[in-house]
Amino acid sequence: MNLEFLERKDFWSGAMLIVIGGGAVLIARNYQFGSSLRMGPGYFPTVLGAMLVMFGVYFVIQGLRSGEKLTSSWSLRALIILPLSLVLFGLLIDRAGFIPALLALIISSAAASTQSKPIEVLAFAVFLTAICVIVFVWALGLPYELIAGIW
Amino acid sequence: MDLFNNLIFGFSEALSLQNLLYCFIGVLVGTLIGVLPGIGPLGTIAILLPITYGVPPVAAMIMLAGIYYGAQYGGSTTAILVNLPGETSAVVTCIDGHQMAQQGRAGPALAIAAIGSFFAGTVGTLLIALFGPPLADVALKFGAPEYFSLMLMGLVAAAVLAQGDMVKSIAMVVMGLLLGIIGTDVNSGVQRFSFGFFELTDGIGFIVVAVGVFAIGEIVSNLGEAQERRVLANKVSHLFPTLQDLKKSWGPILRGTGIGCFFGVLPGTGPSIASFSSYMLEKKVAKNPDEFGRGAIQGVAGPEAANNADAQCKFIPMLTLGLPASGVMALMLGALTIQGIQPGPQVMTQKPELFWGLIASMWIGNLLLVVLNLPLIGLWVKLLQVPYRLLFPAIMAFSAIGVFSVNNSAFEIHLTALFGVLGFIWMRLGFPLAPMLLGFVLGPMMEEYLRRAMLMSGGDPSVFITRPISLAFIIATILILVVMVAPSVRKQREAFTD
Repeated sequence: MNLEFLERKDFWSGAMLIVIGGGAVLIARNYQFGSSLRMGPGYFPTVLGAMLVMFGVYFVIQGLRSGEKLTSSWSLRALIILPLSLVLFGLLIDRAGFIPALLALIISSAAASTQSKPIEVLAFAVFLTAICVIVFVWALGLPYELIAGIW
Repeated sequence: MDLFNNLIFGFSEALSLQNLLYCFIGVLVGTLIGVLPGIGPLGTIAILLPITYGVPPVAAMIMLAGIYYGAQYGGSTTAILVNLPGETSAVVTCIDGHQMAQQGRAGPALAIAAIGSFFAGTVGTLLIALFGPPLADVALKFGAPEYFSLMLMGLVAAAVLAQGDMVKSIAMVVMGLLLGIIGTDVNSGVQRFSFGFFELTDGIGFIVVAVGVFAIGEIVSNLGEAQERRVLANKVSHLFPTLQDLKKSWGPILRGTGIGCFFGVLPGTGPSIASFSSYMLEKKVAKNPDEFGRGAIQGVAGPEAANNADAQCKFIPMLTLGLPASGVMALMLGALTIQGIQPGPQVMTQKPELFWGLIASMWIGNLLLVVLNLPLIGLWVKLLQVPYRLLFPAIMAFSAIGVFSVNNSAFEIHLTALFGVLGFIWMRLGFPLAPMLLGFVLGPMMEEYLRRAMLMSGGDPSVFITRPISLAFIIATILILVVMVAPSVRKQREAFTD
């Protein structure tokens, strides 16, 4: 069997739309559909989800036939590290405070680029954190603990 | 005369010390991000939105608008000086602008770009002042069916006219509508798609989606591409264009302004379409088209006027009808809602200081840009040398602080990360992102209008075609679809996208 379609943009576009649209339709079955006169909470989402599935089927068919391939120049490293460094910020800010959370975010997200240099990153993280403390906490008055329990 | 009085009123509002300050900050930040490639006005406005919470609505809108047109301006500065279009709308400016710079005429190129932009901005401002009130008057008579049809037309037009795959754009609008209705249903109180998270009761935050998709997703995408860039700036010696330059430029500026205003009111057409069309037109009407590509001043004057006129006129449907015609306008609409202002035609009557103040501030902002930026060019070129490896962690930090400051919610930070991943996937698969944002903003409103229209008509969908104004919108929607699907237009459109 020819599996070439697995490399095509349109095939995956269609798959993505079917998963999200289909998921929406399935979940919306728990909400009352109502009628056109009195639309229930399930009406709009079901219609929208079904539309997404329709678009999805269109793209899957296109992708099975021919079409542009997914290009390869993208960074898996960035895709994993950047969202995780945000999650890290979210976990730290309530527990450890503004300064540790921000330092962690800047240093960890810098690791997403292959061109970052360790010493430069450290220095820049300290510099940027200082600026953020001055601008956001002191000048704009955002109510955050700088270091939890201490400052 | 009414128009005159209104404008005076607007200027007195915009010239207050506070508003002037915010206008200044806005255009300065706008120029800054316009200069820097890798972060656009959408991402910046999304990140800075939370900061405007504590600011009065007029000042907030003035600042956000300043960022928007300042960015167009900054984008062309770097296009001319270092052949790097800071924004997509400045790609065309690179062609002849940079050639002029290489011939030692960077000064006149920058000056004519500024003059063209300023003229176009002035015309755009006048157009809003002229057509805003009558449009809003008409819109005040709209009922639920008219609003639904209008939004349908706006969304379809935005999707179809946007760059990229048309079907993917429409799918993205639907995706946005679906994301927009997450949260508590206002009519039944049912929690929709909240997956048991109480944080989703009020729906997904507007900022979360915008920052996630436009700031985080963009960075992930940028890091996958080659990042090295060499910056070789040309010296700017004399600034003033010669008399001959001016003679050559006034025609292109006038035509560019016209083109920009036309595309400006159409939903979905970004400023790059306006500037590109203007360039093509100038090349066609020029006496010696061979000059183009070798430093023809017409190739700078026309497109620069066009993209600024476009940016300005995009405000017309947003301010008068509450209909966002582009991603940035969707953000502005979101900013209004956050300030507790219901967007729509009533803004003009209930908040005249906002409407007229904003309009006047745009003119002042354009003037500020001219006065401010020519002396600051050296600084902008220096800034260009900040490497991306330092720029992106800074954007990450500002994004995180911006999102967190809205509700002090770690959950929203995590959701932003998720939207960053989604935004990246969508970009990779060739889905345009701005239509999604339009759908997201309009989703809850459209559902509500559809419901009301159906209740009014007793469940009879023919209400959309029996009411004349609504019928007109529906016919326009169908026309747009038919025209764009026509094979010849489709072919041309695809050629243009490449």
